[in-house]
Amino acid sequence: MGDALFRFATAGSVDDGKSTLVGRLLHDSKAILADQLESVARTSAERGFGGEPGAIDFALLTDGLRAEREQGITIDVAYRYFATGRRSFILADCPGHVQYTRNMVTGATTADAVVVLVDARKGVLEQTRRHLAVVQLLRVPHVIVAVNKIDLLDYSESAFTRVADEVTALTRELGLPEAHVIPVSALAGDNIVERSANTPWYAGPALLELLEALPSLDELETELEALRMPVQLVVRPQGALAPDVADPEAFRDYRAFAGRIASGTVRVGDAVQVFPGGATTTVVGIDAGPVELASASAPQSVSLRLADEIDAARGAVIAASGSLPEPRRELDASVFQLDPRPLVPGARVLVKTGTSTVQALVTAVHGRRDLGTLALEPADRLDANDIGQVALKLAAELPVEPYADHRRAGAFLVIHPQDGATLAAAIVTPPVASAADTPIRTTTTEGAAA
Amino acid sequence: MSEITTETLPEARALSTLDALESESIHIIREVVAEFERPVLLFSGGKDSVVVLHLAAKAFWPAKVPFPVLHVDTGHNFPEVIDFRDRTVERLGLRLEVAAVQDYLDDGRLQERADGTRNPLQTQPLLDAIAAGRHDAVFGGARRDEDKARAKERILSLRDEFGQWDPRNQRPELWDLYNGRHTVGQHVRAFPISNWTELDVWRYIEREGIELPPLYYAHEREVYRRDGMWRAVSEVSPARADEAIERRVVRYRTVGDMSCTGAVESDAASVADVVREVATSTLTERGATRADDRISEAAMEDRKKDGYF
Repeated sequence: MGDALFRFATAGSVDDGKSTLVGRLLHDSKAILADQLESVARTSAERGFGGEPGAIDFALLTDGLRAEREQGITIDVAYRYFATGRRSFILADCPGHVQYTRNMVTGATTADAVVVLVDARKGVLEQTRRHLAVVQLLRVPHVIVAVNKIDLLDYSESAFTRVADEVTALTRELGLPEAHVIPVSALAGDNIVERSANTPWYAGPALLELLEALPSLDELETELEALRMPVQLVVRPQGALAPDVADPEAFRDYRAFAGRIASGTVRVGDAVQVFPGGATTTVVGIDAGPVELASASAPQSVSLRLADEIDAARGAVIAASGSLPEPRRELDASVFQLDPRPLVPGARVLVKTGTSTVQALVTAVHGRRDLGTLALEPADRLDANDIGQVALKLAAELPVEPYADHRRAGAFLVIHPQDGATLAAAIVTPPVASAADTPIRTTTTEGAAA
Repeated sequence: MSEITTETLPEARALSTLDALESESIHIIREVVAEFERPVLLFSGGKDSVVVLHLAAKAFWPAKVPFPVLHVDTGHNFPEVIDFRDRTVERLGLRLEVAAVQDYLDDGRLQERADGTRNPLQTQPLLDAIAAGRHDAVFGGARRDEDKARAKERILSLRDEFGQWDPRNQRPELWDLYNGRHTVGQHVRAFPISNWTELDVWRYIEREGIELPPLYYAHEREVYRRDGMWRAVSEVSPARADEAIERRVVRYRTVGDMSCTGAVESDAASVADVVREVATSTLTERGATRADDRISEAAMEDRKKDGYF
């Protein structure tokens, strides 16, 4: 069994064959068991799928809900699991046509890589551009473009090269890292798990080979970043010690700050700084349950014991000494609007980042991104599936940082203060000039979020 | 906690799959405890809820697990599982809440089904117990790899006062920021091991030395064949006249009611044997052992919409 964990998302336009690709990947990596296959084969036959007897509609493996099977569509992000000899995989399967931005954003926020499907016959479409724009803004480390249905073009090298050139031009235009472009046939299985003899002109890896080899986000970032750990809660057993603790007397005054390390590494003896207040102290112990560690790295969940009695609670952030950012009350952000109610200037919302939730005011909508070009164009509100630029004022200072420097300290949710709905995903950006040089409008109050 | 020498302690390194999953689950459990008033863990004595309880014990160590456990008792439980449940609660010093389906049958609020199974009758007692305990968050051991409908469920899943799941209207789940805000009457189901597979669960049980009810391991039992599964002979699941009773060496891959859970023939007597068996199995755990999920392709989806897990 693979030992490391790798998360990736799949995205594509309608009829790109994404469900077939996912089904093929699961099937060929032996993640589909006999009873599932039997059920799918039965349904495929009932619906008269394919020309040959015994042909299987792999899309049926991934459509989970009754409405999806009945309508032949995929409604919501679905999570799939499979493992090879080298890795365990979590696959977020993001449907392309209903609420595509919402689904793409959901899948991309946790992904180490995104696989975007392109139909070889159609090339790069509007929706391909949109998917890649989201990938760029959310800084997914690896982009893979699977050029599908290459079998329908007789495995033509020139057809593939044409699409690959379009993809390269687009990734340059959007400022993305270079994409891995692979010719595949999800239906026939070419270059999915093994390199295909049908594409002798393609020298690169098969899709699964690539997914097994790419470094994950935490492998890429942990070494580079300073320690941040948002405090979830303080562990202080006092009278309520677990009955199976061997030496109760030793834990009478136990007090530790529990959290998941957001970035960097902490070692016993390290000097750390605590927000709020900025007090400096030393880490004297790192506990993972009853096991003491010498060091721990993102994304481990631990409890840190500190040398001094620091007055800190949920919402505090423990950072490497000298690295704590200046806390801020005003920030600019890229916002991925997910709720159907528009986000407008003057809206009162909640912002959740790390383990803090604070009230906030949308002070300005600077504009909406044209997802073809990523250019900012004038807008005074953000509608569902819009990606825009806003300014926010927080009710309390928070140690947020630009997302580009620091993913977990720069990501936040925008939440409806009354019904609790997640209105938008957002990332802290450097200040952005407004698309229109018009004064900020604060009079509009449409939408329940206002 | 006296002088610490760090030289002998383990160093940070790239996380293994099990470490990454454990870390994610502990983060989720702590988030729910920090943000909700009265969480409870649905505890059946099945391996998945046992693993969630083990993770909770680690998350708050050396403090006690800061929430009670709730068991929906159908009256059709395996006696070994009830015994295991009671010993576990005692060992960890937990409070046990029991919602008994039998009480509902006795006073007529529910009626026995024609097929004799009680699994579908759990929903009402569960929802009543959640309301009576004023629980705003309910932990469960459900995993997304178990079923196609569960593959689409969120880690924090908002339910209305009828406990209903609305798959078309779920909150997007972004980064590791969980939004647990809810209004009066709503509660949240929290699934900390959503991203674990059956094999991950078994490898973790092996690594951590977690005790399970004995029926997960190969043992000899009186069984009969029904619907392609081996069913235990018991008062609540008697063999029909045309079903031959045999003694066979079996084990259970899932533990539900005696009246709807099938055993598989197996000689996996230790946790290491089970890990090997699961790694090479050609059937899913629910497909192999659960009569309740064979009713239709959307059986789980329908039960979830009605407030089941």
